[in-house]
Amino acid sequence: MAKSRNVTPSPAAAATAAAAPPQQPSTPAPAPAPVKQVAKSAPSSKQNWDQVVVNLVNHYQNKTPQRTKLIDAFMAFLVVVGALQFVYCVLAGNYPFNAFLSGFSATVGQFVLTASLRIQTTEANKSDFPSVSPERAFADYVVCSLILHFFCVNFIN
Amino acid sequence: MSADTLQVLASAGKGESTRTILRFIILSLIAGAAIASRLFSVIRKCPLSAGSQLLSWQSRPSRRGQLSGLLRLSAFWAALLTAASFQVSRALFTNVGSPSLSQSCARAERQSRMVADNPLVDPWFNFRATKYLVANGFYKFWDWFDDRTWHPLGRVTGGTLYPGLMVTSGAIYHALRALTIPVDIRNICVLLAPAFSGLTAFAAYLLTNEMTPSPSAGLLAAIFMGIAPGYISRSVAGSYDNEAIAIFLLVFTFFLWIRALKQGSMLWGVLCALFYGYMVASWGGYAFITCLLPLHAFVLICMGRYSTRLYVAYTTWYALGTLASMQIPFVGFLPVKTSEHMPALGIFGFLQLLAFLDYVRSAIPSRQFQTFLWLFAGGTFGLGLAALVVATSAGFIAPWSGRFYSLWDTGYAKIHIPIIASVSEHQPTAWPAFFFDLNMLIWLFPAGVYLCFQNLADEHVFIVVYALFGSYFAGVMVRLMLTLTPVVCVAAAISASSLLDTYLNVKSPNAEEHPADDNTDGKKSGKTGLKSTSKPVVGIYGWLSKGTVAGAMTVYLLLFVMHCTWVTSNAYSSPSVVLASRMPDGSQHIIDDYREAYQWLRQNTKEDAKIMSWWDYGYQIGGMADRPTLVDNNTWNNTHIATVGKAMSSREEVSYPIMRQHEVDYVLVVFGGLLGYSGDDINKFLWMVRIAEGIWPDEVKEREFFTPRGEYRVDGEATETMKNSLMYKMSYYNYNSLFPPGQAQDRVRQSRLPEVGPSLSTIEEAFTSENWIIRIYKVKDLDNFGRDHASAAAFDRGLKKKKAAKKRGPRQLRVD
Repeated sequence: MAKSRNVTPSPAAAATAAAAPPQQPSTPAPAPAPVKQVAKSAPSSKQNWDQVVVNLVNHYQNKTPQRTKLIDAFMAFLVVVGALQFVYCVLAGNYPFNAFLSGFSATVGQFVLTASLRIQTTEANKSDFPSVSPERAFADYVVCSLILHFFCVNFIN
Repeated sequence: MSADTLQVLASAGKGESTRTILRFIILSLIAGAAIASRLFSVIRKCPLSAGSQLLSWQSRPSRRGQLSGLLRLSAFWAALLTAASFQVSRALFTNVGSPSLSQSCARAERQSRMVADNPLVDPWFNFRATKYLVANGFYKFWDWFDDRTWHPLGRVTGGTLYPGLMVTSGAIYHALRALTIPVDIRNICVLLAPAFSGLTAFAAYLLTNEMTPSPSAGLLAAIFMGIAPGYISRSVAGSYDNEAIAIFLLVFTFFLWIRALKQGSMLWGVLCALFYGYMVASWGGYAFITCLLPLHAFVLICMGRYSTRLYVAYTTWYALGTLASMQIPFVGFLPVKTSEHMPALGIFGFLQLLAFLDYVRSAIPSRQFQTFLWLFAGGTFGLGLAALVVATSAGFIAPWSGRFYSLWDTGYAKIHIPIIASVSEHQPTAWPAFFFDLNMLIWLFPAGVYLCFQNLADEHVFIVVYALFGSYFAGVMVRLMLTLTPVVCVAAAISASSLLDTYLNVKSPNAEEHPADDNTDGKKSGKTGLKSTSKPVVGIYGWLSKGTVAGAMTVYLLLFVMHCTWVTSNAYSSPSVVLASRMPDGSQHIIDDYREAYQWLRQNTKEDAKIMSWWDYGYQIGGMADRPTLVDNNTWNNTHIATVGKAMSSREEVSYPIMRQHEVDYVLVVFGGLLGYSGDDINKFLWMVRIAEGIWPDEVKEREFFTPRGEYRVDGEATETMKNSLMYKMSYYNYNSLFPPGQAQDRVRQSRLPEVGPSLSTIEEAFTSENWIIRIYKVKDLDNFGRDHASAAAFDRGLKKKKAAKKRGPRQLRVD
């Protein structure tokens, strides 16, 4: 892991300086600016990695509509719940395997459905879904969730 | 009045809505024809008609044959002509009445039938299970423990079957009852497969319509699907088997998948998952879908065709479909435990990563994204590989099961699992079978696949992937020909329709019209601004070439219909338990030994008399004779089958204790030597030996059944082991008495039998059917005087001889 981090960024580090200026107007936050100035120096690989994350976070915070953020919060919650279940299963054993499976697949399924809803309602993806309006997407989402939870309850024993 | 309506119809014929209606009518005609073509067997004699009202359907087969031939022909013509226009189609509907064609159909129908070597037996079990379901309700069925099979063990039937078929017919039964239509469950069971074949034709239409804009392709696919012998083989009336509904579900699931992928809609994805769940509930072949859809997704990703639509469709299908499949008790946790299901899970995880990366790419500039990608991909790949290795070595994921290995290495099953290899459907496909089952479709098929490459969209990739996958598996196992048939029909329909569309184009542009065409093209090219992108007007306009190709195609299609009629009536319509043969004078002779013997069992034995036979006949005995069996066609316990194999292939002294321990009352063998019926037990004997040898390699040895020269013989040259085996003795017991001394002959193996036939001491002959196909022996009780059976039998024989000698000798008074 550490090795790959040392090896791979070196071509990218040089390129970052070139790539950054067009990035600048889209992310007006002041944070990346000082990072970029030291980008050319040799020990910059770590900061470069930071910069990617910072760019990402900035983009997310500035460009995402409030509703989508709500969806994302729900998705994060599902990830946490799923991870908790998985950790429990690993630590305490999977004895009621039915229960674990249905609980876990409920979170996974709901996560996937929510992700699909998020994709379908994002403005940028509109060209991909000519036949799915946001309202239709939400209706689909509700129907699918109902079916998903029916199966889960049926399977939980 | 009628002229008015005709005029209205004709004038509206160009309208879009009328075309839709017309297409619908033709489609239902095709479905009707598909159903009708499967009723040949009902028209004659139905396999499920042990009792039977259905026999009364057997009125004037030639007329029926004509009828269904007519139906099929009309549907065929109809599909051809939708491609052209309404006017022509009306003209040709009258053409259908031409008597020569329909008569030839009927003649083919009346020809002699082959003897079915491979009686279908699963329907008997399914029928029995359905009766149980209807009689006892769903919950009892779910918990059904069957103590009348696998004798000492019993079988948890409710948890070890695919309930889809029974539940479907049970639901239809109750629905009809609710509509106050009194109908016997047997009739539903008999007619379910043809009814679903109509639906399959419809599903093939829908699937093909997703592939190509040509309106005729779907109808052609429906026709092909309706009459392709490869599918008819499993959907004739009375073949009440899982495949009957599974093929419809297979095709329909694929249609829903394509629809979901094209629209990127969750709703279609969830419908796909629901039908996938139904498929899992119906047939073990669901693994085909489980592997094909991830493969399609994977190929799309590798081609750089990842899209958010793919993400939505696939993840919705997988998350819900897996959950749905786990609802079936027989499947249970398999989807998360076995390796067959792992590709689907892997692609699911992979798509999550891709979706995340896709999002990140849209968020940050591309150079930074590369950095991110390398780290991310390397990290996840390492983690995933480690997790897989750990999980497999720790035993969380079961290794690949044997049936699966046999798909990759055709020799695998023969070496390791004789029970799988012994089933004739699991043998590799012979080359002629492809032509026999698909006829001209087999050469239209590659052309269709090629056409899919022409404009390669996501759905065309699916056809290509399916074609490769299906062809491979159809080559491995005979029964998987069934999964290949749909894609062959779709691809063949695409190629046939593109041919017909090209050559049946009535409008030929004249020299005057040409500029007009150029103008319309000019508009388009004006938009793009590139002259070279505008297509030149290319087409075939000569009447001669048009006529030649269209005529040849018509002839081929007609030949195809004839071939299908011939195959259906000759190979797939004979009821499997009733054999038909031909007398020297040409009259038909029905050989009804199976039913005769089962009826005998039903009437002359105790209700709980245990019958030992080879497992092939287990379901039939359970269904028709209603007696408990030791082993049956659900081959879940190899050891138990091997026990029966050992009892059959050992000497009497060894077999008798085995039979006593299993409380066997009767032993049933199938013997074809008198009639020349090749599917008998002596021909299957080596499988019994092999399976028994797998468990007891020291006691049963396959080598000892062959002569020193390596021949499998039953005549005087046969080995001692062979001659002393219970199976041999039971088959040839008393057989000599039918012939003049020294003339006894086995007509299957074409060999002359030794002069002295085998003698039996521990069992006695109880019943032999008219043509000696079925022989039933009763297992003797322990001897009253405590002797062993061999000496008791010897004593009996000795006594007889003595008596005879006494009669001959002069009578002497005892002087004492």
